[in-house]
Amino acid sequence: MILSESWLREWVNPDLDSDGLAHRLTMAGLEVDAVTALAEGLSGVIVAEIVAAQPHPDADKLKVCSVNTGSDIVQIVCGAPNAEVGLKAPLAQPGDKLPGGVKIKKAKLRGVESQGMLCSAAELTLSEDHDGLLALASDAPIGTDISEYLNLDDRLIEIGLTPNRADCLSVLGVARDLAVVVDLPFNGEASAPVEPKVDDTFPVTVLSPEKCPRYLGRVIRDVDVTRPTPLFMVERLRRSGIRSIDPVVDITNYVMLEIGQPLHAFNLEALEGGIVVREAQPNEALTLLDGQSREMTAGTLMIADEVKPLAMAGIMGGEGSGVDQQTRHLFLEAAFFTPELMAGRARQYGLHTDASHRYERGVDPELPYRAIERATTLLMEWVGGKPGPITDISATEHLPARTGVTLRASAIEAMLGIEVPADEVTRILKGLGFEVVVDSAAQEWCCTAPSWRFDMGLEADLIEEIARIFGYDNIPTLPVQGASQAGVNSEATASLADIRHRLVSRGFNEAITFSFVSPDAQALFDPDWVPVALKNPISSDLAVMRTSLLPGLAGAAAHNIKRQITRVRFFETGLRFLPEANGLTQTPTLALILCGARTPEGWSAESDSVDFYDLKGEIEALLAAAAKPVTFRSAIRAGLHDGQTAEVVLGDSVIGVMGRLHPVAASELDLPDKTFVAELDLAEVLQRAMPDYHDISRYPEVRRDLAVVLDKQVAASAAVDLVKAAAGEYLADVVVFDLYEGEGVAENEKSLAMGLTFRDQSRTLTDEEVSNALAQVIDSLTEKLGARLRH
Amino acid sequence: MQALDTLKAEATTAISSAEDASALEKLRVELLGKKGRVTDLLKSLGQLDASERPKAGAEINALKQHLNTLISERKQVLQSAALAEQLANERLDVTLPGRGEQTGSLHPITRTIERMAAFFATLGFDVVEGPEVEDDYHNFEALNIPAHHPARAMHDTFYVDDNHVLRTHTSGVQVRTMERLAPPIRVICPGRVYRCDSDLTHSPMFHQVEGLLVDQNVNFGQLKGIIQQFLASFFEQDDLAVRFRPSYFPFTEPSAEVDIQCVKCAGKGCRICSGTGWLEVMGCGMVHPRVLEMSGIDGEQFPGFAFGMGVERLAMLRYGIGDLRLNFENDLRFLSQFR
Repeated sequence: MILSESWLREWVNPDLDSDGLAHRLTMAGLEVDAVTALAEGLSGVIVAEIVAAQPHPDADKLKVCSVNTGSDIVQIVCGAPNAEVGLKAPLAQPGDKLPGGVKIKKAKLRGVESQGMLCSAAELTLSEDHDGLLALASDAPIGTDISEYLNLDDRLIEIGLTPNRADCLSVLGVARDLAVVVDLPFNGEASAPVEPKVDDTFPVTVLSPEKCPRYLGRVIRDVDVTRPTPLFMVERLRRSGIRSIDPVVDITNYVMLEIGQPLHAFNLEALEGGIVVREAQPNEALTLLDGQSREMTAGTLMIADEVKPLAMAGIMGGEGSGVDQQTRHLFLEAAFFTPELMAGRARQYGLHTDASHRYERGVDPELPYRAIERATTLLMEWVGGKPGPITDISATEHLPARTGVTLRASAIEAMLGIEVPADEVTRILKGLGFEVVVDSAAQEWCCTAPSWRFDMGLEADLIEEIARIFGYDNIPTLPVQGASQAGVNSEATASLADIRHRLVSRGFNEAITFSFVSPDAQALFDPDWVPVALKNPISSDLAVMRTSLLPGLAGAAAHNIKRQITRVRFFETGLRFLPEANGLTQTPTLALILCGARTPEGWSAESDSVDFYDLKGEIEALLAAAAKPVTFRSAIRAGLHDGQTAEVVLGDSVIGVMGRLHPVAASELDLPDKTFVAELDLAEVLQRAMPDYHDISRYPEVRRDLAVVLDKQVAASAAVDLVKAAAGEYLADVVVFDLYEGEGVAENEKSLAMGLTFRDQSRTLTDEEVSNALAQVIDSLTEKLGARLRH
Repeated sequence: MQALDTLKAEATTAISSAEDASALEKLRVELLGKKGRVTDLLKSLGQLDASERPKAGAEINALKQHLNTLISERKQVLQSAALAEQLANERLDVTLPGRGEQTGSLHPITRTIERMAAFFATLGFDVVEGPEVEDDYHNFEALNIPAHHPARAMHDTFYVDDNHVLRTHTSGVQVRTMERLAPPIRVICPGRVYRCDSDLTHSPMFHQVEGLLVDQNVNFGQLKGIIQQFLASFFEQDDLAVRFRPSYFPFTEPSAEVDIQCVKCAGKGCRICSGTGWLEVMGCGMVHPRVLEMSGIDGEQFPGFAFGMGVERLAMLRYGIGDLRLNFENDLRFLSQFR
């Protein structure tokens, strides 16, 4: 909402400069977003009249004008199409300044001297209008300072109102709050009603009283719409961003800005039978004032006559029934529409108007009376006319109830942490328009909210009013007590921060990618899921909720590879959105992606690409403290390499998957062939076993190495498991220290070398004990896996 | 005993010119070994007169001792030289970079959330999280934002279906916490939130940290206190000017928007603060009685306050990041600056 400072000061004029005024409004909850001076820097420009105009001898488009400044006749060369004899326009003479500080000098245009410049509206920064000189009214006094004449010593105050403060969508509303804030007297009373001059009325029927609990109408006969809108009104409308249309529309808009009530004026002669306020009929269409026809949907409230729809109630008038230059008689409407039933309606039609903005937030239901009288007064003053009596259709049972609320001094202190003086509380409440009964003994105020406040049903609502006017700055900043109970942390659950920091230490960079991805990228990894789709996505690339973090991470990796950063190690944590049979599950997930060189580039680095085991090592490290055994099971997954993919199994359950991107997926995603990804259930990664402490042995250990030749298809883990099972109680550890395939080993075979460590807690093992254990191991490997010792 | 002097002279020269440990050892055996020349001399003592024997014996023993000393001194010298040579040979260029994995980086958003969580943890606030596809009740209704409330228009909501949205704030987690726990409650709710808006200064996904304290005797003054302390700590600026402005949120009352003195220009007015000297950084307020009531809390006995902030905004102010979109491009040249 933008309003003119000078207009506001007509109502309340505190001894503050513009910034001070803006600050007080802001600190009272009416946030001033900007204060803009009108025509800042303008000086000296006056009202002048063109008294003669000759064509320029050397330029077709220029005219040489004689201009009356009131004290002199000066010669001005001008190219404006409307530079005609008799036009009054602003004149800048040598030494004058235009807004922005441009100083006017004498000049020669094509050889003819110009003693200044006649100005357009744009040159005075009054509008964007460059097409010709700013035409001033014919009664504009010649020689008067333009700034004074147009009241340009003004600033525009732009207030970002919160949705609960519809009462401040007018000068009246802002002035009322300001008066309380600066503690100045305020006269918000309406002027006296207009005496009807004719008896004419027009019938009104309200068929939807719950949506329109109050409808006021009045006939005004014999208006003259050809008269001009007064300058002050045009200017004030303009400064609030409303274009002047004709005096009748301008007056309805002016009253709306002044006191907050949207009004509508119909051409009485376009109305048939009577006004009917009703819901839209099926397939009903109406061409609105914006020139577009719209099909009405059920539930939309219409202002109609007995034959046709006229307007969308509280949103916009229709084309056929509006006022134009020929209109002779008016039907003026001022109504109250129920905010809850107006909410969202305009948006549904892609509309947002000054009226709908106000009605959705709530217009004072008592205001129509005042507004219709004010508009009538102005109409009579500026377009003439004879008003009839007001027709008032009110369904009081549907008007907002004004319930009493009791405000306790103790509640104020409890909520704010400070005692606000009782007199101040009373002053604030009364100033804001509450009806107040003070109970000094009980330290209570029995309050009834003013009709223009829709958000005052609770004691807390009133305390907020006290607080904002009393001033948040005056509420003390109090120390905060810590919690009285210490938090409990389970050692068996690592924090997410812990996991993240470990990954960072291992060279991973954390990525944050969008939770919505493109359906194509999604389908690459999870073709079997039908992902949750957004009804209103921001773009088709961000249209479905991810069922995997991998599309996002792949995108992040590709972004960097495109920028010549070829070594990528990313992790991300976040939710996956899995539409499962029993509903949507949102699973915290950890994902990793690796590609590029195994080690950072350097003078001694290997340039080998990462491989499966690099990623596996990272996962093993993450799960090093898992409470259950971690195993990896060969698997096949969409988007991943059939031979280099494993399920990560914790105990009996699959907690994730890891592997190399499928070559087709890698190329589709613009990633290197050797790109490795993993995705793990984060909740499982966070679980860890308590350390299972046991004493270390004081006796020496014995190591025996064993190399066996096996069928290539036998998994290394099968051999290790068998060793563990067969080696007996003294086996402390097995490690695979070599894998060999190639010369000396048959093509379908491989050689696996394992180191076995034997140890006992209580004594040194004998050579015989160790040899026996080893023999059992060899027997078992031979028998169960067809292994033979390699010599 | 001229032979003795000759031997001494010869041996001294030989020892001092021994080139390495093995030559020296060979020399020691030659001189002092079982068949060494000095040993031979001792053996030959028997051929002398009994009267000469003690003197000659003493001289030979002195020579033996002398040579022993020379040998061990020479040994020391050779060892030192060998060690010095080894060290010289093993000299490295210490300016070459070290080997192994480099340290990665934590996303500035996460880093910021962690700093926030650490501050509030000192005051006993636990971190709680919740669903991002949220039902209408928890995202709106329970926060006193009924259907068609004008505040809904400010939220630019992503819809999943008629009853589910992508959460527009993390406040739903506060509601879920109040439903689950009895007061006193102290939690912060960090996480991703979504608004259907994308331009230079809006991302369709961003992060919030919201906080909730419900306890006896909680008031607005304490809310001011905790916010003031938090912001001073976050920006590590004890005298940071903080301003509370009345505002409106459907779920708090009284409500405030919180401004800090511009961290760029110290309040003088600059491009960052649009010349106002102030930066809006948070919203907060006393929890609306209806919100408490809907979640089954008696607001008379247990009032509460809540606050919320945009993590990107605070992170960008803290680190001087000018472009919101950098947060979601995952460019390593950006990310790796936050080690």
